[in-house]
Amino acid sequence: MAELMTEKHVKYILSVEKKKDDFESVVMEHLRVNGAYWGLTTLDILGKLDAVDQDEVVSWIMQCQHESGGFGGNIGHDPHILYTLSAIQVLALFDKIDVLDVENVANYIASLQNEDGSFSGDMWGEIDTRFSYIAICSLALLHRLDKINVERAVKYIVSCKNLDGGFGCTPGAESHAGQIFCCVGALAITGSLHHVDKDLLGWWLCERQVKSGGLNGRPEKLPDVCYSWWVLSSLIMIDRVHWIDKGKLVNFILDCQDKENGGISDRPDDAVDVFHTYFGVAGLSLLEFPGLKAIDPAYALPVDVGYKKVELNQILTLSNGHGKFCGT
Amino acid sequence: MNRGVEEERARIPMSQRPEWADIRPVPQYDGPNPVVPIAYTDEFSETMDYFRAVYLADERSPRALQLTKEAIFLNSGNYTVWQFRRLILDALNVDLHEELHFVDQITKDNSKNYQIWRWVAEKLGTQIASKELEFTREIFSQDAKNYHAWSHRQWVLQALGGWENELAYCDELLEDDIFNNSAWNQRYFVVTRSPLLGGLEVMRDSEVAFAIKAILAKPENESPWRYLHGLYKNDVNSLVNDPRVASVCLDVLLDKRDCVHALNMVLDLLSHHHQPSNELKDAVDAVSPDPKPSDSNFAERVCSILQLVDPIRASYWRWRKTSIPAQD
Repeated sequence: MAELMTEKHVKYILSVEKKKDDFESVVMEHLRVNGAYWGLTTLDILGKLDAVDQDEVVSWIMQCQHESGGFGGNIGHDPHILYTLSAIQVLALFDKIDVLDVENVANYIASLQNEDGSFSGDMWGEIDTRFSYIAICSLALLHRLDKINVERAVKYIVSCKNLDGGFGCTPGAESHAGQIFCCVGALAITGSLHHVDKDLLGWWLCERQVKSGGLNGRPEKLPDVCYSWWVLSSLIMIDRVHWIDKGKLVNFILDCQDKENGGISDRPDDAVDVFHTYFGVAGLSLLEFPGLKAIDPAYALPVDVGYKKVELNQILTLSNGHGKFCGT
Repeated sequence: MNRGVEEERARIPMSQRPEWADIRPVPQYDGPNPVVPIAYTDEFSETMDYFRAVYLADERSPRALQLTKEAIFLNSGNYTVWQFRRLILDALNVDLHEELHFVDQITKDNSKNYQIWRWVAEKLGTQIASKELEFTREIFSQDAKNYHAWSHRQWVLQALGGWENELAYCDELLEDDIFNNSAWNQRYFVVTRSPLLGGLEVMRDSEVAFAIKAILAKPENESPWRYLHGLYKNDVNSLVNDPRVASVCLDVLLDKRDCVHALNMVLDLLSHHHQPSNELKDAVDAVSPDPKPSDSNFAERVCSILQLVDPIRASYWRWRKTSIPAQD
């Protein structure tokens, strides 16, 4: 088995190469909060979170918060649910969720739920099951799932289920591994996995593995390291991960490393970035690669994070406030 | 970078433009020790510094509108700039047909900003349905599986109409690339949701014929096999009893071409009590690699063969063997 270049990856994350005309950096400016989550979670999985100044990060993240309670992608940017989850996750990594005005953030997220149970990304209204996951994961981490109508949220997600057992971004949209992760994750967190046909979806997911051992996100697409997370975590949540060839996938991910400069790319020999570095390392963690912290497949945070996982009985308690609930 | 017409002119720095002389630019603050340090070009920095100034002053003027255009050309993914541009357009009561043209230009290069399209489209109403469809068609001519564009196209059809040529368009895309899973998904979307076609029941027969033709052309193509299942949703007995289904499996196996999907379909049929012909049994045994499995139960033998021809999913096929219903 090839080696995981831990030190190089840590070095890569800590000092992204500063090229003046680096287009990648320019376009990343508005989503630095996401970048922080990817980078910091990777460091934590590699056991090197202490390489970062926690107070600096927390202070910067809090400056990204808008008065509405939501977080923007960087200081001075408008809030969006995408960055709000990443901010909460980063605070959770440092066990600093208590610096938040939880009521304020929770209200922002809850305000994005629509009549049909779906969630918009921000005040401009785009609907996508990604946002359903984000809302549910965020509120679960804040222990405020009671702020939304969980039953309707679940109903909307189920309406996005396709005949192949997968899920799309909206009803009728093509099944896509990224969307499937979001839907399955949201259903897992709310104790609603009985809506998933695990055998059918498990087969669709294991069909993502191609000859090279990598995973694609849809039929006839190229394998990409990020699907090592989305497909894999979905399989774990529905208890079907044994249906893929884990050894081949490990080798694929390791082949995507830049062994000289650190970082991981989407597929072998391509340019690396923080996004794929995170997904590669997180995927290896799910595959129980030695020396890595375990990561929770639904919350996408190391399992030792204190604020994760609303306990199951707490979900049932919340359900009484909404009347009917689907049960476990 | 996205430049459009601007590309031809040499850029005059903002600090040298007389119409901006009254503005003091506001620099980006990333915090004292950035976790994910971003390298900015001078042009980008200056444009964004001036943008921040008008944004913080909430100046909704023609020069601010022009400035947002420049910022968008530099980075069309910046949410805050788009949102502020929207506010300015509203305040100035700008002709939205022109805006549509501008967004068209930008979205061609960065096809993920669909919610921007939707806001403009909704304001202009149903008259632009065909323009929207044409727009996504152009995207697909470059990238026929673009997930965001497909989501947008589905929204257009459901919100603004234009179903008349959709099935024909699916035909066209599949002729270009029979492996295009997005096109297969869209086909299903049209067949089940178009108000002009009469629904799945009416369309099933001709669609089965279409799927079978596609299978015979490329039996290794995952999509038409799943499509076939989809056509018989909630009515798997009709799938099992449609002689064309067993027949296409036989044809594929006799041809000894890539047979995993055919074997899988045979297994699905057997799992629903289909009685295989001797011809089918012989054809299955003929495609088995050596050493040929010796399970006396035909369905179990199919599973054993699948483990040999699709070893990466051996674990899945082993499970299938355990879940074969008792044979009559």
